[in-house]
Amino acid sequence: MRRPAFPMTTVLKLNGLSKRFGPVIANDDVSLTLNKGEVLALLGENGAGKTTLMNMLFGHYLPDSGSIEVADEAGVLQPLPLGHPQVALAAGVGMVHQHFTLAENISALDNITLGSEPLFALRRNRRAARRRIEAIIAQSGLTAPLDTPVGRLSVGERQRVEILKALYRDARILVLDEPTAVLTPQEADTLFENIRMMTAEGLSVIFISHKLREVLAFSDRIAVLRHGRKVGEMATSEADEASIARMMVGAETPELVGAAMVPGVPVLTLSGISVTGRSKRDTLSGVDLTVHAHEILGIAGVSGNGQSGLANVISGLMQPEQGLIKVNGSEIDTPSPVAMVRAGVGRIPEDRHREGIVGAMSVAENMVIERLDDPDVQSRGLLRREAIDDNADRLAKAYDVRGPGVEAPARLLSGGNIQKLILARVFDRSPRLILANQPTRGLDMGAAAEVGRRLLEARERGAGVVLISEDLDEILGLADRIMVIRDGELHEAPSRDREQIGLMMAGEPV
Amino acid sequence: MIRIEPRQTQSQAFTIGVPILSALIALGFAAIPLLAAGANPIQAYGEMFRGVFGSVFAFSEVLTRATPLIFTGLAAALAFRAKLWNIGAEGQLYLGAMAAVAIGSGVLDLPGILLLPLIVILGAAAGAAGMVAPTYLKTRFGADEVVTTLLLNFIILIFVQMMLEGPLQDPMSLGWPQSAPVLDQGMLPTLIDRMRVHSGLILALILALLAQFMLARSVWGFRLRAVGENAAAARHAGINVNRSLFGVAILSGGLAGLAGVSEVAGLKGYLTADLSPGFGYTGIVVAMLAGLSPMGVVIAALFIASVFVGADSMSRAMGVSSFLADLVVSVSLLCVLVGGFFARYRVVRASTTGATS
Repeated sequence: MRRPAFPMTTVLKLNGLSKRFGPVIANDDVSLTLNKGEVLALLGENGAGKTTLMNMLFGHYLPDSGSIEVADEAGVLQPLPLGHPQVALAAGVGMVHQHFTLAENISALDNITLGSEPLFALRRNRRAARRRIEAIIAQSGLTAPLDTPVGRLSVGERQRVEILKALYRDARILVLDEPTAVLTPQEADTLFENIRMMTAEGLSVIFISHKLREVLAFSDRIAVLRHGRKVGEMATSEADEASIARMMVGAETPELVGAAMVPGVPVLTLSGISVTGRSKRDTLSGVDLTVHAHEILGIAGVSGNGQSGLANVISGLMQPEQGLIKVNGSEIDTPSPVAMVRAGVGRIPEDRHREGIVGAMSVAENMVIERLDDPDVQSRGLLRREAIDDNADRLAKAYDVRGPGVEAPARLLSGGNIQKLILARVFDRSPRLILANQPTRGLDMGAAAEVGRRLLEARERGAGVVLISEDLDEILGLADRIMVIRDGELHEAPSRDREQIGLMMAGEPV
Repeated sequence: MIRIEPRQTQSQAFTIGVPILSALIALGFAAIPLLAAGANPIQAYGEMFRGVFGSVFAFSEVLTRATPLIFTGLAAALAFRAKLWNIGAEGQLYLGAMAAVAIGSGVLDLPGILLLPLIVILGAAAGAAGMVAPTYLKTRFGADEVVTTLLLNFIILIFVQMMLEGPLQDPMSLGWPQSAPVLDQGMLPTLIDRMRVHSGLILALILALLAQFMLARSVWGFRLRAVGENAAAARHAGINVNRSLFGVAILSGGLAGLAGVSEVAGLKGYLTADLSPGFGYTGIVVAMLAGLSPMGVVIAALFIASVFVGADSMSRAMGVSSFLADLVVSVSLLCVLVGGFFARYRVVRASTTGATS
């Protein structure tokens, strides 16, 4: 929030970039400019198109339309040939991805120089490389032990190595994709200090984030994306949290689709559930939650805040270290997928390809995979193939699963039809509780609407639904009650107010 | 720019055509060293063919040679279907053979109707025991079973040598490291008079049929396939992945153990440390050639046995080295692997616009 130390010279211009993936519009006519020595924050919800936009800048994706101009060393804007990362690198664009691209078994120094040396050089001039890197470190304050294998560095150190790598390649424009997502608050503060030192030297930075607080504290200018469009741009000094949150999530609240119903008895109770996962995504601390019959409970949150942990506990894949799980009033002592299915839990997994189906096995087999012990599936250890096929034909018709037939491998189905297969498998057993984890992610409008319709139908029938979604519109449209998950904790949303929920998701005190 | 992308469907023609074409290409390649050795390849392959199909005796030798390969091929194929990489069939074979001579060579003087089944069952159990530790280490600690099963082979072989110079040594062997012979009533009966082919072959064929049936038709086979194709989805669906892995590990080790039983109690009669010329490892080749299908294993084992037996007789008739057999087998495996790649992927020529999305 201080004046850039340079006269307003533009170093980067994105002109009307658009990109679609099939029916999904990832970016629609987005234009941005970046000035020398400036920190531009790119804000937006998951799926708003931030990463796609930056990937076009860096040449990973080819835009459907639009152009990019980058200033050369003399400061004159030149058109950037699109779709070539090497060209983007040469033009001075450096990118640090959310997931680091470092080789863990070689030193930080070698990682930094890797790729900027000729392939068949007879000897490497390591001493000169080290001198250059040390000069960059002195200028930027990005300290990292250069001779330690990257595998032994902390996450913060690895990130600094990534940034050093970009600077070593003479980056004049640095793109940081959610740089603080993996950092502790202290590490994040250090990072921002370093960024300030670098921008004072003339570096321009775009950083992608959905954390309002850090954006307000450290950027010069803010651009907000929503559903692939740029919906706002302003100087940080003129912005406040409420206005940005409104821009990020949109102003209008969709109507609740289903008619109001009176909630029935509790079908799922979690009390004091704690799980220490491998990362923040599957860690829960002291989660309390109750879902009633005739009720859809929406779990909103920014991705990676414990949604996976919650889903793993309810689907039986993870045993909580502490806490009590009750399904339909009876306690589940040793949670497992089998125990949960037996207790009447229907589970729609987040990653339908990885956890939902066995792609190499037939559609019919995938439809009975959760109930292999049932008498209509097997008798005395042998599969009843006719009954399995009949079951599949019936379900395919009832749930409109389209594809090359029930005998064909499930992997040949489209994403929407794979989801319908899973819906058929889950809903056909009339579960009392349904866990739907990101049930419409990646689906086209038609298939997504079908998922919503089936969830509402189940609610009408008397089932309770836990709907985990990163799409606030979906939750506002379907859920009777909303909770927000953040850092592994669940909080009841006091209202259906978008802005307020958006602030809770971003971790602001309400 | 050339890009490789997965095929949506695998055609039946590919599944069957690739192994056959691979075998032909391998024979074609092998003609080059034959020419270099100054032999006429056509004549040489004629001799090879005669060595396989020239007489009942010739073909009976092929069957004899194929018998242990069917067992070890099934051991590899079943384990690989569950993505359990059992490279230890060689060691498990020796465990089975050791069990066979330990109880079959006079400790128990039972009638054949009791002794023979006992040898078969305990031999299989000994082979299965060889898979327990590697599978436990894999499921409990994530130890790579490729390494553990492979290294166990050497440990077991050294153990066999120790036993053959110690407790299992035949007192009548004049100091040779070999075991006492299996009692006559404990031997697997031969199938044809004065020929070596024995009833171990029948057992192998029955087990292959059974494995084929169980994989496709049983709940056990369903679970096994699901675990092998997508363990995460299998776990999510409530299949106990570790239990499935243990089950198939026991079966795989047992089948490899039966290869040892069949060689000792069907063919050699006693155990030496050179009982197997690598049947355990060749079993992996058999399984890969067979596309991990149990009935395919029978065909692949017959093919490989034919190449080896045929090459021996060619070598005698033409004076060229029988190492040619190894060459044919190796090249055909490479062709199958390459062919398998093209069956699963297709190579497309793509413009840069297509490649970036």
